[in-house]
Amino acid sequence: MRTLRRKLLRDLLTLRGQILAIAVVIGAGVMTLILGVTTLSALSLTQERFYQERGFAEVFADLTRAPESLLPRLAEIPGIDRIESRVRSGVRLRVDDFDDPVRGLVLSIPDGRQPDINRLHLRMGQLPQPERQDEVVVSEPFAEAHGLLPGDQLTAIIHGREQRLRISGIALSPEFVYQTGPGDLLPDYRRYATLWMNRSALARATDLDGAFNSLVATLQAGARTEDVRQALDRQLQRYGGQGSYDRDEQASHRFISEELNQLRVMAVAFPMIFLGVAAFLLSVLLERIIRQQIQEIAVLKAFGYGIGQIARHYLALTALIVGLGLLLGLGFGAWAAEAYARLYIEYFRFPELYFRLQPDVVLLAVAVAILAGGIGTGRAVARAARLTPAQAMRPPLPARYRRGRLADTAFWRRLDQPARMILRNLGRHPLKSALSMLGIALSTSLILVGSYQFQAVDRLLDIQYRLVEQADLHLTLTEATPERAIGELRHLPGVLQAEGYRQVPVRLSHGHRSERTLLLGMEREPQLRRLIDADHRRRSLPEDGLVLTDFLAERLGLRTGDPVQVEVLDGERRILDLPLAAVVAEPIGVGAYLERRALNRLLGEGPAINGAWLAIDPASRDELFQRLDQLAVVAGIGVIGESETAIRAYIDETMLVLMGILLVLAGSIAFAVVYNNARIAFAERQRELATLRVLGFGRGEVAWVLIGELLLLTLIAIPLGWLIGTGFAWLLTEALSMDLLRLPFVVTAQAYGLSGAGILLATALSVLLIQRRLRRLDMVTALKAAE
Amino acid sequence: MNAPEKTTPDGQRRVVFRTRGLCRTYRLGETEVHALRGVDLDLYAGELVVMLGASGSGKSTLLNLLGGLDAASSGEVFYGEQDLSRVSERQLTRFRRDHVGFVFQFYNLISSLTARENVAIVTDICERPMPPEDALALVGLGERLDHFPAQLSGGEQQRVAIARAIAKQPAVLLCDEPTGALDSQTGRQVLNALLDINRRLGTTTAIITHNAVIAEMAHRVIRLRDGRIADIADNPSPRSPDELAW
Ligand SMILES: Nc1ncnc2c1ncn2[C@@H]1O[C@H](COP(=O)(O)OP(=O)(O)OP(=O)(O)O)[C@@H](O)[C@H]1O
Ligand SMILES: [Mg+2]
Repeated sequence: MRTLRRKLLRDLLTLRGQILAIAVVIGAGVMTLILGVTTLSALSLTQERFYQERGFAEVFADLTRAPESLLPRLAEIPGIDRIESRVRSGVRLRVDDFDDPVRGLVLSIPDGRQPDINRLHLRMGQLPQPERQDEVVVSEPFAEAHGLLPGDQLTAIIHGREQRLRISGIALSPEFVYQTGPGDLLPDYRRYATLWMNRSALARATDLDGAFNSLVATLQAGARTEDVRQALDRQLQRYGGQGSYDRDEQASHRFISEELNQLRVMAVAFPMIFLGVAAFLLSVLLERIIRQQIQEIAVLKAFGYGIGQIARHYLALTALIVGLGLLLGLGFGAWAAEAYARLYIEYFRFPELYFRLQPDVVLLAVAVAILAGGIGTGRAVARAARLTPAQAMRPPLPARYRRGRLADTAFWRRLDQPARMILRNLGRHPLKSALSMLGIALSTSLILVGSYQFQAVDRLLDIQYRLVEQADLHLTLTEATPERAIGELRHLPGVLQAEGYRQVPVRLSHGHRSERTLLLGMEREPQLRRLIDADHRRRSLPEDGLVLTDFLAERLGLRTGDPVQVEVLDGERRILDLPLAAVVAEPIGVGAYLERRALNRLLGEGPAINGAWLAIDPASRDELFQRLDQLAVVAGIGVIGESETAIRAYIDETMLVLMGILLVLAGSIAFAVVYNNARIAFAERQRELATLRVLGFGRGEVAWVLIGELLLLTLIAIPLGWLIGTGFAWLLTEALSMDLLRLPFVVTAQAYGLSGAGILLATALSVLLIQRRLRRLDMVTALKAAE
Repeated sequence: MNAPEKTTPDGQRRVVFRTRGLCRTYRLGETEVHALRGVDLDLYAGELVVMLGASGSGKSTLLNLLGGLDAASSGEVFYGEQDLSRVSERQLTRFRRDHVGFVFQFYNLISSLTARENVAIVTDICERPMPPEDALALVGLGERLDHFPAQLSGGEQQRVAIARAIAKQPAVLLCDEPTGALDSQTGRQVLNALLDINRRLGTTTAIITHNAVIAEMAHRVIRLRDGRIADIADNPSPRSPDELAW
C-alpha cells in the first residue's frame, strides 16, 4: 500500500495546477454556502434573542385618540396576553451644529420605567427620571451619527411647540432594528431619530392627557392573530383606529424578513452553481486520469489489488481535492461571513451579534462538498474498478476516426492538415467536446450573472432617481391642509417648483389577499414624482381608478379592470371598491396611486394635501431650511439627494460586496475550467503532437493544433454561456424580487462584453501556460509513454 | 487455495490448471473474433511449459484466462479444485494476489513509479516476497533501481516487468514473451531467473514465446493454432538456458 500511496503523491504533483483550480471552485461553493447560511443563522438567532429578551410586540395599532379607560376592555379580547397603551407623535428636531432638518418619532414609556412590551435596551445612561418633563432616551444610531451623549441637549418641536430636551440615555428597541422615516427607503440616521419620553410629559405636549393613540400587544400561545386583530379593530373604530397589523407588516420586522429571504436564496443558488461546476470539473479530470491510467489499473488488478483498493486510490485523489477545497472554503467563508454579518449590523441595529460558525453549518458544507465530489467522480471510479484486466493489457487500438460528411465539401478541401486535425479531434469525442464547451459556457454565465448585478443595481437607481424622483425636497405636513398651502410653499425663497400630495394608509384587498400600504394622491401629470411604465415612458393618472406598482398588483393577483377593495385606515375608515386602472413599473417600494382630488373626495374632504415635493435652487438651500423650520405645519423635511447617496452607499456596502466576491469567484472558476480543459487536451494530444514534430511540423504549427481546438471551443461556448447566463440572471431577478427593491432585468452589452472578454482572457492565460509545456515537449519521452 | 504440492498422495502428478472446452470470443461491432475455440489443457505442479503459436493464435488470450484476468465465453478453467469462471470477483482478486505472477507482453509498468517501486507495489500486498532490490538484481537491474520507466530501454522495462512477477515468489508464473525485446545474453539471464524460481519454489511456469529455441528448456511444449491446441510434446531432457543460443 505504501507504494500505491507514493503513486498517488506523484499523480497529485503532476496534476497540481488542475487540482488547485478545482479546489478553488469547491472552495468558492463552500464559501458562499458558509457565507449565506452563517449570516442567515446569525441574523435569525440575533433577531430571535433580541425579540425575546425585550418582549417585542406581536400586534400593533395606531389610532387618533382613545381614553385610557378603554384599555381594560381591550385587555379582555381573547387571545391577547399583554397589552399596553402609549402615545406617539412625529417630531422635528434641531441638533446643534447640524443645519439640515431632522425628523423623528417620539414614543411614550411609562413614567420613569420600562414598558412591558418593546422594552428598551439601554446602551448608555438611564431612563428619564419619573418626574422629569424634559428628559428623553434617543436611539443609538442617531446618537452615534451626531456624537450625542447622555447629558447633551436637543431642540424638539412636538405638536408645533418648541421644547428643549435633555438626553438621559441612549437605547435600542426591537421595534426599530431597521428604522426609516416615513417615505424613506433606507435609514438615514443623521436625519431621522427615534425618541422615548415619559408618558405624562408626552401626553401633555400632544394634548393626550388620560388618553392614548397607539397600542402594542403580545398574544397568548395559540391565539390567532387574525381574530385578535379583527376584535381590536372593531373596538378601535370609533377612536380613529388605523387598522391593527402584525409583525409581518411592521416596517422593521418586515425589512429584516425580506433580507433574510434574500439571503436564503443566495445561500442555495450560488453554492449550487459553484459546486455543480466543481463536480463537473472533477468528473472530467477523473475520467481523463482513469482513461490515461487504464493499463496501470489493469496491472494492479492483475497482481491482486482488489476493486476496493483501486477505488479507494482514486477516491483519495478526490478526497484530497475536496478536502483542500473545504479548507479554503471554510477559512475564507468563516472570515467573510463574520465580516458580512458585521456589515448588516450597521443597518440592522441589534445590541450584539450572535455570530458563530455553527458545527452543523460546517457539517453541511462538508456533506455538500463531498456529495459534489462523489457525484463528480463516482462514475469514473466505478468504471476503473469494474475494468477487466485483460482488456486493458493490450496496447490501445488506434482511435477510430470517420471522414465525416464534411470531408467532401469545398470547405474541407480548403483546410490545411492541422485545421482538419482540429475538427476531427472535436468530432471524434462529440460528448467530451460538448462537455468542455458546457463547462466554459457555464463559467461565462457566472461572470455574466456577477456583472449583471452591478448594472442592474445601477439601472435601478437611475430609474428611481432620474426618472421617478424629480424633487429635491420632500415635506410631510402635520395634518391635512387646504391645497392653497402649495401656493405658499411656492413663494418660499429658493423654491422653483412645488407639488402637493395627499397620502393615507390603506389596506388593499382582492379576494383573500390583502396588503397594507400608503395610497398616494397626486396631480394627474405629476412633475416632481413621476409615474413610469415598463418601457420607462411617463404615465399620467386616470380621472379616477387606482394605479398600482406592478409588483403589488401581481402580489394581489390583480389584472387591469379588476375591482380592488380599498380600506382607508384613517379618519372615518371608509371602505370602497375602485377599479385597477393601470399598473406602473417602479423598481422600488409597493406604491398605490390615485388622482389627488379623487382621493380627497373619497376621504370626504375638500381639496387638501398632507405633503409636498419641492424643486429648489441649491444656492438658497440653507435659507429655505430656516424658513421651513419655522412653519408649524411642516412635520418633516426629507432631502432626496441625500437618500440617493444613502441608498447607493447601502447597496455598495452590502449587495455589491457580495456580488464583487462572486465576480472574483466566477472569474477564478472560468480560469479553472478553461485551464483544466487545456491541460487535458494537451495530455491527450501529447503523443500526436510529438509525432507531428517528428514529421517535421514546426513548433507554431503544432501549437496551433492544440490552441486552435481550445479557441474554437471557447468561441462556440461564449454565446452559449451568454444564453445560460441570461437565464440565470432572469431567475435571480425573480428570486430576489421583494418589497423594497426589484432589480430590473437588463443585461447590457457591457455585461456580455465583460463575460466574453473574461473567458477569452482566461483562455489566453491558459494557452500561455500550455505554451510553456509545448515548448518543453520532449519528443522521445512523449512517444515512449503509453497513451 | 493453497500452494499445490507437486504430487498427490498416491504419487500422481498433481494438476494445477485444468481447462475443458475453453472458448473466448471477442465481439467487434458485427464481427466476432474467435480467439479460443475449445481448449482442453492440464498443467501440472512444478512444470515449466512453453507455448508456441503464430501471432493471433490465442496464446495471450489463454494465459489471461488462466491468470483470472479475463472471463471465458464458455468452458471451464480449474485452478486446483476451484472453477475460476465461477468464483466471485473478490476470490479472483485473492487468487491473483496470492498465487500468480504475471509478465505482460507489453510490460505495462506504472509510469509514475520507479523500477524499484514498480516491484514494490506488488510486494507490498503479498505474503512472502523477496526484497524488490533482490528481484531486480536477478534480472541484472541492480543499478537502475530509481529510474522511471520512461528512462529505461524497452528491454530494461521488460526486465522490470519480470522482476515484478518473480519478486512475489508465486505458485504460478505466467509470462507473455518475457524475452521478446532482449538480446540472447540478457534473455538467458532472465530465463535463468525464471528457472531458478521454478526449481526453488516449484512454481508452475508457463512461457509464451515466438522463439522456438526457448522451447528446449521446457518440460512440455504446447502449440496453438487458430485458438486450438495443435499438439503437446513432452521434452524428456530440458536444457539449461545457458546452453541455448539464438
Ligand atoms: N480485446 C480484444 N478485442 C478484439 N479482439 C481481440 C482482443 N484481444 C485479442 N483479440 C483477437 O483475438 C485473437 C487472439 O489474440 P491473442 O492476443 O491471444 O493472440 P496471440 O497469440 O497472443 O498473438 P501475438 O503472438 O501476436 O501476441 C487475435 O485475432 C486478436 O486480434
Ligand atoms: Mg500475445
